[in-house]
Amino acid sequence: MGAFEKSVARTQPLPLHDSREDTGLPDARGHFGTFGGRFVAETLMQPLLELTDAYNRYLTDADFLRELDEDLRNYVGRPSPLYHAERLSKRLGGAQILLKREDLNHTGAHKINNTIGQALLARRMGKTRIIAETGAGQHGVASATVAARLGLECVVYMGSEDIKRQALNVYRMKLLGATVVPVESGSRTLKDALNEAMRDWVTNVDNTFYIIGTVAGPHPYPVMVRDFQAIIGREARAQCEDRYGRLPDAVVACVGGGSNAIGLFYPFINDPQVKMFGVEAAGDGIATGRHAASLCAGRPGVLHGNRTYLIEDADGQIIETHSISAGLDYPGVGPEHAWLKETGRAQYVGITDDEALQGFHDLTCIEGIMPALESSHAIAYACRLAPAMKQEEIIIVNLSGRGDKDIHTVASRQGIRF
Amino acid sequence: MSRIQACFEGLRQRGRAALVPFITAGDPRPGATVPLMHTLVGAGADILELGVPFSDPMADGPVIQRASERALKHHVSLHDVFGMVSEFRRTDPLTPVVLMGYLNPVEVMGYEAFADAASTAGVDGVLTVDLPPEEAGPFTSLLKGRGIDPVFLFAPTTNEERAASICTAAAGFVYYVSLKGVTGASSLDVEDVAEHIRDIRRHTRLPVGVGFGVKDAGTATELARVADAVVVGSALVAAIESAAADEAGMHAAARELIGSLRAGMDTVSRAA
Ligand SMILES: Cc1ncc(COP(=O)(O)O)c(C=O)c1O
Repeated sequence: MGAFEKSVARTQPLPLHDSREDTGLPDARGHFGTFGGRFVAETLMQPLLELTDAYNRYLTDADFLRELDEDLRNYVGRPSPLYHAERLSKRLGGAQILLKREDLNHTGAHKINNTIGQALLARRMGKTRIIAETGAGQHGVASATVAARLGLECVVYMGSEDIKRQALNVYRMKLLGATVVPVESGSRTLKDALNEAMRDWVTNVDNTFYIIGTVAGPHPYPVMVRDFQAIIGREARAQCEDRYGRLPDAVVACVGGGSNAIGLFYPFINDPQVKMFGVEAAGDGIATGRHAASLCAGRPGVLHGNRTYLIEDADGQIIETHSISAGLDYPGVGPEHAWLKETGRAQYVGITDDEALQGFHDLTCIEGIMPALESSHAIAYACRLAPAMKQEEIIIVNLSGRGDKDIHTVASRQGIRF
Repeated sequence: MSRIQACFEGLRQRGRAALVPFITAGDPRPGATVPLMHTLVGAGADILELGVPFSDPMADGPVIQRASERALKHHVSLHDVFGMVSEFRRTDPLTPVVLMGYLNPVEVMGYEAFADAASTAGVDGVLTVDLPPEEAGPFTSLLKGRGIDPVFLFAPTTNEERAASICTAAAGFVYYVSLKGVTGASSLDVEDVAEHIRDIRRHTRLPVGVGFGVKDAGTATELARVADAVVVGSALVAAIESAAADEAGMHAAARELIGSLRAGMDTVSRAA
């Protein structure tokens, strides 16, 4: 760090752990009750143990936290605003809806909170190459972005089906200097990209850091990604208390792997008066079988290194999921959500493609904010929740990303082609 | 004495290393598997490894991934795999069979139901790739209680501390993954493997097998000097894949590859 940076006065960064939030979980081996853990081939065990050690060390390292804090402020643009969607709230006639504006972050989604954290960790661990999996391309873009920022080599694995659906983000990653590798195995979507990234990691483990994009994967990923995303809820909590002198009555977020949701939920976990709703993609409707709602309609099993709820057939083979939003199109979910479901602390609900689209159009027309289709699921559920609540009650919705990337999908639903 | 133990004991007395071919159950079609198993034994296999197909084979390279996909096109399930082992056992009561697969299908069936079915079918060992010893406690006791050997992997990244816990959990033999990578990866360094095997032997008296990256008779022969078992997977699965259209050709290809490995390995005589 040069003299210029040294001369700038800094505020003390927030720690990644706050004792008020502590649930005592996961345990040392990454278990949230019966969920989580490390289910990987032997070759990855030692690298995961090393990563766990490094993470635990830097978690409380003032220098690391300062570096992270500075990037979050000046590169990502944090804190993100907590916006009162007044017209939408009035229209619904019930609770006040506040939007946590993660869509205003650099690269347009919450994903970068995590990629910044992991990339800084990678650099401190002496890794020169980062790899990532991506579905919609948001995590891939966020990874390629921080790789450019830190001068690290970056390889992104993406299912060949998703590459077709998300051409714009593929080009974006290439502009940022990343190599995008099409994955042709299995269903050629996000889950297969994750498999392929794991295969790369096991082969290049000496110089490579694998940045997982959500709270899935083997321990320590679910806890590490949660900790990097918890800044969402921590800010939202302080902003809400500041402005309204109280905590919200409910928090709502969409759940793909569950990183934006756990980021919002976690700092409220020990406040039982704050209800938590995770919104899964119900696709064409849960009854049709074409959905991605693992918590609503799946069963516990083991995939991608952890035990969690999965969408699978009777033989335990993972089956293809469906959602209008590529970012929710994942057959598993973070193990901490499985635990929150089982303990009843959070509720998980489904929103269909059509309902999410309605949420997209409502927020766009009424508030002038175009949400990502992922986030539109959370909006749609909040719109269902609010009318049954009192006007002085507060719902915080995580607006996890902006909708620019989804314009083509929305347009084609209306029969419009560019 | 278990079939696996008896097999290694017999080989030890003859000064030979075990040849362990891997095929995926149900590849290229369900009916092909049992005849292939007999062909492999006829060509000189000592132990058979039977892959249980899984939709997300994270530790496998492209060759075995494709084999899994072919089997899954026919919806080959764990029940089907047990059926194949039972059928094989009707005419081969001696050759040990080790199932190799991923945990999720076992989770769905239930550990106890799996262990019972495996025992009834005549399975001798189970290698669950994504189940490290830390998570394996209840499963390994159920297997061991039925005389089935839980086989565990060693990797180039495994350190002393983990080595001890792997050896406590394992039975039958341990399986050294010869390189950092997935199945079928290209380069295997025999010198390096030999050194790791010496390390492993300080922790266990179990036989040590080597796999991931064995492609030809030359490598198998060199490994037979240092390891107790040589596993060949991707090379065999690739041979089966390229001859899959013609039943007789497929058997000939398998027989030729395994025969050449056997011949090479038998030129090595090991201290009994
Ligand atoms: C904007 C946005 N929201 C949500 C998600 C879903 O991921 P998670 O559940 O981990 O927040 C994605 C994933 O790509 C996304 O891009």
